[in-house]
Amino acid sequence: MSETTFTTAVIEMRDASITALHDTSTVVVAGVNWTVQPGEFWVVAGQQRSGKTGLLLHAAGLMTPAQGSCRVFGCETANFGEAQIAERLRVGFVFAYGKLFNQLNVAENVALPLRYQNNLTADESARAVELILELFELTPYAGITPANLAANWRQRAALARALVLKPELLLLDNPLSGLGARHRQWLLKFLEQLSAGHEFFGGRPMTLVATTDDLHAWRHPKRKFAVLDAQVFSVLGTWDELEAARHPAVTELLAEPLETTI
Amino acid sequence: MLFGGTERKNFFDGKRVCYCYAMRGNLAKAFELTNTQVFRRAAVSKSYTDLLGRKLFLALLTVQGLGAFALITLAVILKKFGVARSVIQPRVRQEISRSGVALLPMFIFVALALGFVVVGQTVSALARVGQTAYLGSTMVIVIVRELGPLLTAMLVLARVGTANVIELGTARALGEVEALEALGIDPVHYLIVPRVIGMALGIFSLTIYLIIGALASGYLFAFLQDVPLTPGDYYKQIAEALTWLDFALLALKTMAFGFFIASVTCYHGLAQPLRLEDVSRVAVRAVTQGVIVCVLIDAVFIVLYLVT
Repeated sequence: MSETTFTTAVIEMRDASITALHDTSTVVVAGVNWTVQPGEFWVVAGQQRSGKTGLLLHAAGLMTPAQGSCRVFGCETANFGEAQIAERLRVGFVFAYGKLFNQLNVAENVALPLRYQNNLTADESARAVELILELFELTPYAGITPANLAANWRQRAALARALVLKPELLLLDNPLSGLGARHRQWLLKFLEQLSAGHEFFGGRPMTLVATTDDLHAWRHPKRKFAVLDAQVFSVLGTWDELEAARHPAVTELLAEPLETTI
Repeated sequence: MLFGGTERKNFFDGKRVCYCYAMRGNLAKAFELTNTQVFRRAAVSKSYTDLLGRKLFLALLTVQGLGAFALITLAVILKKFGVARSVIQPRVRQEISRSGVALLPMFIFVALALGFVVVGQTVSALARVGQTAYLGSTMVIVIVRELGPLLTAMLVLARVGTANVIELGTARALGEVEALEALGIDPVHYLIVPRVIGMALGIFSLTIYLIIGALASGYLFAFLQDVPLTPGDYYKQIAEALTWLDFALLALKTMAFGFFIASVTCYHGLAQPLRLEDVSRVAVRAVTQGVIVCVLIDAVFIVLYLVT
């Protein structure tokens, strides 16, 4: 493995042990080897509590692996500090259920990273926030606090907040869960646009990683797939390779919901 | 294993200290050593010595955690002075308003009541020995040095401290702290620093208002009781009883109250991994410890007064 592979890859994990968020002494996934190249769109599938969130938090550099290494944009996440803030801000993170700040309304939530990182007053950031709210069709909800917002729109506001600083890598933790059909379609279409290069974000193809517990919705020839099962992270490749691999966990995640359950 | 654990730097390694604690490895990990929740959730012990040991251990862990948290907060205040000013300054103003200006009506009432109570009692006691001339100095000792600051601290703890724990505890339990970290925002800088500054300044100012109000209402009450004391004499007594040290220690003491009340409430709300159902229990604990901390600070200042 040469130095050049480190510098070009967006995420590079080598024998990384992923721990749980609230209990850093428990390893939930061991020995992760994973390379995400710029412009790729990865979908990581896994059942609930399989360590999807933990994996994403490690990939964002918010947690450091108990063992092994994890590099984001060629920078070891264990060394992430105040000086690496520029690298950290190249990563956008959308939490499951949004995790918006409850004390702030939607517009303030979206404006906060912009204002904090660029030292802007509310007035100075107003125009940029207005534009991004418009893009996400959130303008009518700008003054509403997250607790009074429907889950569909909360997820969208979280996406807007993660994208307001125009990151190069976007990590989404189970973004489709709890969304209505219309919002699922909108989100999938929007993510596809981001992956191809959205003009609002400079037209540059964005690297995306999304986790899911429902593989069907993510079927796409260009996306890459990986699965988390029984503490093991397995890279499966494209959709065709995924189907050919006949991984037991994948079979379960692809199960038709109505007939097989109950 | 190219870049294993050996290369990872120590928490206390140079300039990364507060960043490490507050942001990297997340708060849960940073406060792993002082995570008292683990002990609290353990099964109740059957032997008394075991129980006593656990309580003692918990107390020590809390002191350690609180101390570390207060130091980190202080370090972040100093280090990040001026960082993201456009966001932090309005937050500080908001906190000053919340733990200062908004409490003013209540404090006017408390000041009136305090003046009446203290003067009512002292006048009747001093009149019995014919020493009403000491009224001014008694007021200074009782109100300026002791009751004023302590009462202010307790009232602010009850009104703002509890709100702090619940707000921060809920935010912590709902994962908002991780969300802040993901956006490159230091949670200590954004959530704690404005609260600490706001409360220190709030308690300081409210104490001054409370003292002035209580001294004025005290005279009013003495006047109504026909104590032979002119406003000039009363003022002179008070001015003579006050030394420069009173002003300095009053400022220090009220600031210390504010800093530590905010630290205790924020520590309980934010520094430990919480579940939503823990929030109410943590709020009760924070208030109790806030009271204890205030009494301890007060004791330190009594010693200072006696020594000087």
